[in-house]
Formats: sequence, structure tokens, C-alpha cells
Amino acid sequence: MSSTTQNYIDLYAAHRNRMMEVAPQALNARRDEAMDNFSRMGLPTQSAEQYRYIDADRAFSGTYRLSLPTSRLMAEDAPVAVNNSQLLDKYYATCADADDPIVALNTAFATECLCVHVGKDINTGKPLEINDVLNGDTSLMEHKRILIVLDEGASLTMLMHYVSTDRQQFLTTQVVEVFVADGARLDIYEIEETHTACTRFSNIYFHIGSHATVRHNNIVLWGGITRNTLAATLCGEQSEVTLNGCVMADKRQQVDINTLIRHEVPRCTSHELYKFVVDEQATGAFAGKVYVAPDAQQTESDEVNQNICISPDAHMYAQPMLEIYADDVKCSHGSTVGRLDESALFYLRQRGIPLQQARQLLIQAFISQVVDYIPLEPLRQRLHAMVADRLSGELDQCVGCGLCQPRVQADGCNSSKP
Amino acid sequence: MAKESNEYVRQVANEQYKYGFTTDVHTEIIERGLNEDVVRLISAKKEEPEWLLDFRLRAYRHWTTMKQPEWGHLDMPDIDYQAISYYADPTRRASSDGKPKEIDPELVKTFDKLGIPLEERMALSGTAVDAVMDSVSVKTTHQKLLQEKGIIFCSISEAVKQHPDLVRQYLGSVVPYRDNYFAALNSAVFSDGSFVYIPKNTRCPMELSTYFRINARGTGQFERTLIVCDDDSYVSYLEGCTAPMRDENQLHAAIVEIVVMNRAEVKYSTVQNWYPGDKDGKGGVLNLVTKRGHLRGDNSKLSWTQVETGSAITWKYPSCVLSGNDSVAEFYSVAVTNNHQQADTGTKMIHIGKGTRSTIISKGISAGMSQNSYRGLVKIGRKADGARNYSSCDSLLLGSRCGAHTFPYLDVQNNTATVEHEATTSKISEDQLFYCNQRGISTEEAIGLIVNGYAKDVLNKLPMEFAVEAQKLLSVSLEGSVG
Repeated sequence: MSSTTQNYIDLYAAHRNRMMEVAPQALNARRDEAMDNFSRMGLPTQSAEQYRYIDADRAFSGTYRLSLPTSRLMAEDAPVAVNNSQLLDKYYATCADADDPIVALNTAFATECLCVHVGKDINTGKPLEINDVLNGDTSLMEHKRILIVLDEGASLTMLMHYVSTDRQQFLTTQVVEVFVADGARLDIYEIEETHTACTRFSNIYFHIGSHATVRHNNIVLWGGITRNTLAATLCGEQSEVTLNGCVMADKRQQVDINTLIRHEVPRCTSHELYKFVVDEQATGAFAGKVYVAPDAQQTESDEVNQNICISPDAHMYAQPMLEIYADDVKCSHGSTVGRLDESALFYLRQRGIPLQQARQLLIQAFISQVVDYIPLEPLRQRLHAMVADRLSGELDQCVGCGLCQPRVQADGCNSSKP
Repeated sequence: MAKESNEYVRQVANEQYKYGFTTDVHTEIIERGLNEDVVRLISAKKEEPEWLLDFRLRAYRHWTTMKQPEWGHLDMPDIDYQAISYYADPTRRASSDGKPKEIDPELVKTFDKLGIPLEERMALSGTAVDAVMDSVSVKTTHQKLLQEKGIIFCSISEAVKQHPDLVRQYLGSVVPYRDNYFAALNSAVFSDGSFVYIPKNTRCPMELSTYFRINARGTGQFERTLIVCDDDSYVSYLEGCTAPMRDENQLHAAIVEIVVMNRAEVKYSTVQNWYPGDKDGKGGVLNLVTKRGHLRGDNSKLSWTQVETGSAITWKYPSCVLSGNDSVAEFYSVAVTNNHQQADTGTKMIHIGKGTRSTIISKGISAGMSQNSYRGLVKIGRKADGARNYSSCDSLLLGSRCGAHTFPYLDVQNNTATVEHEATTSKISEDQLFYCNQRGISTEEAIGLIVNGYAKDVLNKLPMEFAVEAQKLLSVSLEGSVG
């Protein structure tokens, strides 16, 4: 067992009683078992196939103070509650993969669960926004838990925005469990805009009923070490799931996206589109697996992963996978790693556009394809603007949360990981 | 229609693996089991020099520290390495201790039956053959003609004796014995295989071919092939293999090493037709092979073409290390699995030199209850400026109980490289079948037609005689898979 894993086991022993006091019963009930699981598995190293592109053991090795997250609800009429015991009893820790070490760690340390619940045939209309703000005056560690439940025919659009307001080192794990009942529709957008000293491991699990539509958009603008695990299980016929995302990484950022779409029943459709732009010394990794169970006939699935490496030190790893046990299926995947089109650059420069700007334009066009899929007009526009800002270097810190301090020195964010 | 298909089912039930016969020839088989003494015994039987025995022992000692890998998408039966005999020699007669001058007529008959002409007067096909049965090379044809051009084509045991410097220089230089579990095993106990050396500025005038046959019971085959193609030379090499039908699993753990120098070109084609086991998945050959080519020279070229139809389990990745600048590597593969066969195969393209290019075309066809996986790595190193790769992996599913999987790995560490990968999985569409039926082509024939069309990209890369054979093999392998 690694010393880092041991540190977390010790940390648990030290804080167990305090967590048991503040957390609801449903969370406490799973705590010890999860810790046992975690001690058995330990933090994954790169020899674990699922974590081959990111050294989780190293990512978790910094010294952090354990902080218990507290949520504040800003809107009265929003379908959100903290620790809704009815939901927790029924759904908590039933969908997340208990054999994932990060999920086990999170389940052991979670003390609060944000519950989003949309009742039968209700359309919430206004999008729901969850802002996850990291701030503190010392290095902090937080373990967040979210539960999203959509009853039959319900409809919800939600935005999850991860920002940091301090230049401290933050370590976050987040586990989101999503239950989408028959005929429901969920659009969910995740935007990460933290900073280079942040380490964020996020796992999101979807359990999807029949005739349902789920669209997930994952936009990583800024971060230090980001690992997003997405797993969608199609459990009812004629459902559709879309997992889209774009990643912009530079400096020494590491972004690792790992997705799994499980077609358990016939006649479902899945789409996946992921784009990475990797610059400077950054590393991008994408592993996307589509699993088609025996008898899940008439499955349609397409997966596209396109990546651009800008600088000589940028690395990109891609691993699009198909695992198919049924014959009447149409499945495809495509993956490319390349550079900006020289002739397009030349064309732009010929017309008097400086090289830097020409490159920005091309990258923006490349990324835009993902953003263009977002049906929500204001959000789409806001994201286009954010992407443009990010590329022009203006978006060194988060915008939009209103808490930001002025830009700090650029080198301040380079040398922040131990 | 119903009657027709019934008839067909009967036909298929009677359909057997064509090469499943055994040859009744006295074979000297050493005791089962594996230990240092066995390694020494094999080396002694082959009258090997000290350095080779050292190499074997180092490999054996390393092997004992290793564990059999489990990461393949395969359901592997337990292999008892102590229950296998590591050396079987069918060329030695019981009465005499020395090698007979004449080849046992039974052996000649066997290879005749397999369609491999050992008599040179019959070998009008223009192919030089090295025939290997169990652990020993039976005969290499056309050696004289090749010698005139300076080409060395012989069994590796002979090469160790005749050309020790060449063998010593290159053996283990592409696949070191530490490479993997089965490579270590092979390095310790390898028996015969072929050695090819093409000198500078030489175009090999005929196809070179090795035919591997497992005959004896309770043995495995651990052949080793080494091909060195010097500057500005060219060789096309074919490999074929069959085994008798047995209800035990037989182990085949080979190593193929290829060295390609400046501006040289090697074409390596395999038609793998080991016994695949019966329709209930009993028996069959476990084909666990390490094949790798090292493109050492600038502007060198290596192309792997494989048609994989046999073996209960196929687990191999013919790979290319592209060190020379502007070197070109190609991999064309058709892998067919039926009944309970399992295949986890693909390639690795390691781009190191500048301007290197590689192409991967893989076609998987799975039928029955089989599992067919493509696994491939494309790695672009930091210095491989302008490297390019194109991969295309298609899977065709025939039957609702089989599986087709794709696991590509793309590791890119250079921003001037272009890597493309695409994969599709589908079944033969009803429309296509209907179209053929409408024109009077029976469903069975139509499927054969479509499958052959589907695999054409790869079959076209095979030398002509092989392509015809492969096409037939493809239709035989798939017979009975459609219902």
C-alpha cells in the first residue's frame, strides 16, 4: 500500500467521529464499508487500466486540510435541497461504481449531499445553476456529493460551474449520481474554471430509463489536474445519450477524460464528441468506451474524438474503444491527433491576420463545434465568449462568479504543484 | 428455403478441419516438464555453442520470475507449463542415432498432403520452402539457387552452425528475452524456425516460405524466425501453419524478428490456420506469438499481412519500430473467429524517426460464439517530426452471440504528427443480402461474396498463390456461421 493511501486511511480514522456527527444517516451508513473498499484497493496508480494516463496516487499526495463542504441555496423555488433524506434513502450510492477507488474515497468522506429532484412531468423551465466555489486561506481538500433525480417525464437543464477564488492548492473529489426516469430529459453542463494548483477528480454516473434523453457537456477551460470519469448506463429502450466535451489545456495542466457508455437494452442511441487542444507542457488523455450488451440489438453509437497538439511538449493520449456483444448494431468511432492546418494558417496570414490571432481563430473554430451543440442560446453565447477569452489569454481566472481578484502573476500558477 | 438450410446444416456438421490428420512417424520426444536441465538438453540436442546456451539460460531464469499476463480480452485456459514436452523430433528414427540422409517418406507425404512440395522438381511454384514439423526443420528447398545470390535461407539451427556471427548479432536484438512472458519462454526453449539473410543490393528472386506443422501429442511449438534484410534489398516471406485435431490445447509460442536496413523492404505474410478446436470449443492451438520488425535504416519498408483463421486463442501483435527516418510500415490483417475461438490481435507502430509513416488496416469477422478484439498502439515519439499514421479497423458480426471489440491506443508526443483512427462495427445489411438474393445468388454465397469484398483490401496485399488460398480459407472458416 502506498504511503499516500495510508495517509487517507489515517485521516479517516482521525475525522470519522466528526463526520458521523454532522452527516445524515444515509451517508454515514455507507461510510465504513466504503473506507474498507478504499483501503483494499488503494489509490490507483498508472498500472490500473482505468487510470493509465494519470497518476492518482501522486495527484493525491499533497498536504491538504480536510474541509467539509457547505451548500447555500440562493433561489427559493429551485428544485434543490441539501440532504433530502427521502431521496438519499432511495438513491444514495446505488449508481456510482463502488469498485472505483475515487468513489470509495468520496463515499467515505462525504458529509453532505446536494439533492436535485424534479417531480413527474414537471418542466423546470429556468435552468438551474450550481456554483461550486473553492476558497480558503490554506490548502484544502473537499469531497462533494450530488444526487440528481428526474421522475417520469420530467425536464431539467442545469449548469454546474466550478471556480476557485483563491490561489491555494485545492483537492476536490466529486461524485454525481444521476437517475433519469422514463421519458425524462436532462441537459447538464459542467464548466471547469479553476486554476493550475487545483486537482479535481470528478465521477458522474447516469442511470437512464426508457424514452429518455440525456445530454452532457463537459467544458474544461482551466484546471491543474483534472480527471473526469463519466459512465452512462442505458437501462430502458429508445433512449438517447450524448456526451460532448471540449478541453483546453496548457502550462502543465493534465486533463484525463474517461467515459463509458453501456447499452444494456436494445434500440438506444449514443453520441460522443470530444475535442482537445493541448498546448505548452500540458497532457491530454481521452478514453471512451462503448459497451453493447448481448441482445442490445439495433444499437446506434458514434464516437468522435479530435485533438490538436500545439507545442512540441504537448502530449495527447487517445483510446476510443468498442466492446460489442450484439450483431445488429451500427457502431463507429473515429479519433485523430494532429496540428493546425498549415494552409488555413497561410490563408489567414496572407490576408493580414497575425500568426497568433490566426491560430486563435482556427482553434476557436475547432472548439466551436462542441459549443454549437448547446441548444440554450444565452449559454452558448457565453461559452463562445469564454472560449475566445481563454484562447486570447484573458481568462486566466474565472469570470462570471463576481468574486475574482485581479490577475496574479503568470508564473504564480506555473509552479504551484509540489 | 427451409429444406435448403437443413441440408446446409448437415453439410456443415460434417465439415471438418481439413488439416486435422496426424502423421504416424516415429518422433523422439523428450520428457515433459521445464527446468534448466531441459533447456540444456535442447541446446545439447541441437549442438549449440556456449553463448546460445547462456542466452537460453538467462531467458529461462528471467521467465521463472515472471507471471503470465492476464490483460488480454481472452478467456484463457490454464496452461500447465510442466505438462508440455518442449522438444519433439520427427526426423530421427528409432534405430539410428544420427540424422538419416533421406527424409522419412511419411514426412514428405505429410507435407504433400498439406500442399507443400518438398521435392524441388515439383516446386515449380517458384517458392523456396523451409518445412518445420514439431521442433525440427525437415527440409529447406532451393538453397543452392539462393546461395548463388548470397542469400542465406535455412533453419535457425543450421544458421547457428553455419553463420554464428550473423545469428549472434541479431538474435534477440528486436525481441529481447525480457520483452514479455512468452518471449522469455520462447527464448529459453526455442526449437526450429527459419533464418533469412539478404545481402546488400539483392532482390530475392523467389518467395521464401516457412511451413509450420505441429504433429506430436503433448508438445508445443516454439519456433523462432529471424529475417535480416540488408541495404537496398528486398524479400517477400510467407508463413503457413496447421496442426492435427486434438482435444487438448497445444501451445504455440513463437518469436519472429525482422531487421530492415537502409532502403530495404520486407514483406511478411502469414496465413495462420492452426487447429481452432471443435465446435464446442474443445482443444485447439493457443497461438501466443511475439512478432516484431525493426526498421533500422532510413527509407526502409516493412509490411505485415496476416490472415488469421485458426487457433482456439490468438494473442499477437505483429509490430513495427520505425527508427529509420522516412521509414514506412504497414499492417494488413483479416482475423476470422468462429464457434468458440477467441482472438485479441492487432499491431503496434512505434514511430521514432522523422517523417515515418504507418498504415493499419484491420478487418475482424466474428461468428458463432467467438470473441474478436482488435488492440493496437500507435505511438509517436518526441523526435518523430512529421510522422503520420492512418488506422482503420472494421468489424463484421455474423450471429447474435459473438463479440467484436476495438481497443486502440494513440499516444502522441509530437505536435507535427498526424494520427487518424477510425473504426466501425456492423453486420451484413439485409439490403445487401436481398439485392444478391434477388439476382439469384443464394444467401450463403452472397455472404461469402460480401465477406470477401469486405476483406479485399487485405487479401489484395497477399502474394497471389496465398490470396487464392486465403480466400478459400475465409469461406471455409465461416461456413455454418450463417443461419
